[in-house]
Amino acid sequence: MSEPAVHRTVIIDESFRVHHLLDRESVLGPVMLSPLLIYLVALIGLPLVFVFIYAFSDATTGSDSFGFVGLQTFQTTLEDPVFRIALRNTVVFTVLAQLVVIVLATVLGFVLSADFRGKWFVRFLILLPWTTPVALSALAWLWMLDSLFSPFNWILGNLHVVDQGTPVAWLGQDSLAVGSVVALQAWRTLPLAAVILMAGLTSIPPELSEQAEVDGAGFWRRFFDITMPLLAPIMMVAILFGIVATFTDMAAVYILTRGGPGNATQVLGSWSFYTGIQGGSLAQGAAIGIFMFPVLLGVCILMLRRASQTEVV
Amino acid sequence: MVARRPGVVVSRWVVLLVFALVCAFPFGWATFTMFKADADLYTVGHVPFFYNSPPTFDHVRVLFTDTAFLTFVRNSLEIGVIVVAITLALSVPAAYAIARLTGQWGGRLAMMVFIFYLVPPTLLFLPLSRIVADLGLQDTIWALVLVYPTLTAPFSTWLLVGFFRSIPRDIEEQAMIDGYSRASAVVRTVLPLAVPGLFTVVIFTFAFTMNDFIYAVAFISSSDNMTVSAGVPVELIRGDVFFWQSLMAAAVLVAIPVALAYNFFLDRFVKGLALGGVKG
Amino acid sequence: MAEVEVREIRKSFGGGNPAVDGISLTCKNGEYLVLLGPSGCGKTTLLRMIAGLEAPTGGDVLIGGKSVRALPPRARKIAMVFQSYALYPHKKVVQNISFPLEAQGMSAQERMEKVKWAAGLLGIDHLLQRKPRQLSGGERQRVALARALVREPQVFLLDEPLSNLDAKLRASARLELKQFQQRVGVSTIYVTHDQVEAMGLGDRIAVLNQGRLQQVGTPEEIYHHPANTFVATFVGSPPMNLLERDGKLIGFRPENIRLEKNAGSRDDATVFRGHVLRVENLGSDRYVYLRVKDAHGDTNVIAKFAIAEPLEFSNDEDADLVIRNRNINFFDRDSGQKAAA
Repeated sequence: MSEPAVHRTVIIDESFRVHHLLDRESVLGPVMLSPLLIYLVALIGLPLVFVFIYAFSDATTGSDSFGFVGLQTFQTTLEDPVFRIALRNTVVFTVLAQLVVIVLATVLGFVLSADFRGKWFVRFLILLPWTTPVALSALAWLWMLDSLFSPFNWILGNLHVVDQGTPVAWLGQDSLAVGSVVALQAWRTLPLAAVILMAGLTSIPPELSEQAEVDGAGFWRRFFDITMPLLAPIMMVAILFGIVATFTDMAAVYILTRGGPGNATQVLGSWSFYTGIQGGSLAQGAAIGIFMFPVLLGVCILMLRRASQTEVV
Repeated sequence: MVARRPGVVVSRWVVLLVFALVCAFPFGWATFTMFKADADLYTVGHVPFFYNSPPTFDHVRVLFTDTAFLTFVRNSLEIGVIVVAITLALSVPAAYAIARLTGQWGGRLAMMVFIFYLVPPTLLFLPLSRIVADLGLQDTIWALVLVYPTLTAPFSTWLLVGFFRSIPRDIEEQAMIDGYSRASAVVRTVLPLAVPGLFTVVIFTFAFTMNDFIYAVAFISSSDNMTVSAGVPVELIRGDVFFWQSLMAAAVLVAIPVALAYNFFLDRFVKGLALGGVKG
Repeated sequence: MAEVEVREIRKSFGGGNPAVDGISLTCKNGEYLVLLGPSGCGKTTLLRMIAGLEAPTGGDVLIGGKSVRALPPRARKIAMVFQSYALYPHKKVVQNISFPLEAQGMSAQERMEKVKWAAGLLGIDHLLQRKPRQLSGGERQRVALARALVREPQVFLLDEPLSNLDAKLRASARLELKQFQQRVGVSTIYVTHDQVEAMGLGDRIAVLNQGRLQQVGTPEEIYHHPANTFVATFVGSPPMNLLERDGKLIGFRPENIRLEKNAGSRDDATVFRGHVLRVENLGSDRYVYLRVKDAHGDTNVIAKFAIAEPLEFSNDEDADLVIRNRNINFFDRDSGQKAAA
């Protein structure tokens, strides 16, 4: 029996030819991770550092040289009335849109979590606002809210709610334009929130609700005492996605109102774009963008907290 | 959990119809508009809810023959395919490493990758436009190919970590004992089992690249290199002249296939969200 | 087949006590060696280090006399059956079994012959076209064994392969496993926490606790001459009784106790005075729970009798426990190690 054993030892040496460095997990792990990490650091990490460098400089798109000016750029930015409008709008749009989304997504998630005929088609229709590129759906809204040909204007005019001769300028009046942007943001972030909540609802064990029913709790009682508390964590995730999407957006405003009328619907994203790219002031554009950072940092922390909580559970 | 009483069923349908109407109305209106003749569309006083003159395909045809729409579509598809390939190349190995090879660091790395996802394009486009210019890529689709993985790779990695974690370790260890290196064990046993996850990543990567507006507008100036998302609103609107029927046709023709693809993969996506992040 | 040896092998996962703390052990050519211990004792980690799935922190693994520490699992010429059987869910049974052969670059025809041979040996020819999810637990085990077999490995490593089967199937699966190993005659290392499996299957048993080797020996040695109090109480059901006397621990098996009414003192046996707490009838056996009172306080003792043996005692009676001296093991009171009488 010693001969086959020798034979097999030969097989061992043969089958173990190359790549032996990659057989070590301590080597393989970093090797597999590094392309992504290098890419992310190079194209997200470093640019993020540059944003801060620009913000403390007088950089423009035209020239390569720039000098440090300390907080001067921030001072100019803070004194700019348009920036103040943009900052306020960004917060207001996000808060209003997400408040609407919380309520509607709960209802929508609830009705979608049941099985029914035609669900596939209904779901397709409901997904449209989320899946369509923002720029294109904003274009559809732009036409829908056209001052002359909006179907809403025709209806309102024929119901004599407004004078037919002076159609409602949905995007031409400050408060209506703000309302339109908020509606667009709520409309396009609603489906994802509803889908996430739907997943949350289906993961709640039905026994809990059934137990409560046996114990004599009515529908609303069960909804607020059982379903809502269990849904709260996942609702948080849904809303965080919505906050990031709304808070950092510029496309919806850029296409629907171009920040107007005047600068009434300008947000940080769009104002940073107008100033930085079209106005050519990298420094100013960066300084405007940086004001998004505290909110995003807050969102990150919430995410971290949320994640560490679930790991415990 | 909802009792099957007729009242409940009816009210559910009413709620669903209202939501479907609100969600789909702009697209329905766009679809209705795209077939309207100019004389019908632009006459104040016409009832907008009817075809006052017979519907026409003219404006849809114009979109394909007289505009750069097809170029935009081709660019979007090209960029989409390349970015999907890059995203998979970056995120599959990284997600596997996070799920299996990093031990207690895995959770922290996954969270770090997710934080990268939260840094928005509206903050990054300024320095990135500088980097793109320094590399001589401005006004080429390669500028977008370079930066789009910043949108897609973190999210994809995060989704895939969840998928990989849901596959039992025994499977690839068995393959390693059966005579394969870890790399080929992953290729032959783990990836086939992660196919639903990979499909999800492909769909969403594609959709993310289609969705971007800011980078396309910031880096691309000639209509030859524009994507659908930027090209349609920026290039097809010249000054104050809006070709509304053609614009609406463009929006609808993009919106429907994307929504269909999402709808098809929605269950897997939701599962991925649950596996990946929502449950840690 | 080959001899497997671990030398002073050690594994710590950072922080806390090491999972495996310096174990030296040899599985001889063709031997059936069982690693037995409670969960968390390091037995699975030891097996995984032999397989190459876990890198040792210190020490060495030798297969066929050669160190395999630097070799990845695929190059060690081993076969392993996991607790879950780890069948590839996306492959049919036939593809599962031939998967290791593909790695060796064997031709399709040769592979088919090998698969048929292994399937025939394990009686699973009719299952070849099924997917794993269509198989019962016992069938899965056989597929996993067939897949391990086609590799013609030097060593079989089995990690609790019976723990996923229901109790009824286990006895027959144990028989199959033993017959299978006797037919192929390959060195086998078998991990379990179940001492019945260990006693029934092993040529030798290695008992592990807290990452350390407690004793290696034949089932008889382990059972009748445990090296320390851990082995004495872990192996055997009910466990060995331990009583303190003259600064030493005295250990004896429940079935080695005789109960008498006034036993007096004997030369060839040791006698304790006890009190019957309860008699339990278990069908084939009868357990008698006793309390022994002496200078060291109260100690509970279990005695075991075959049901056929008449028992003259009932609850709440005094009884003398008589244990023949050759059935008594002595242990050091402090270290728990075997001691001289």
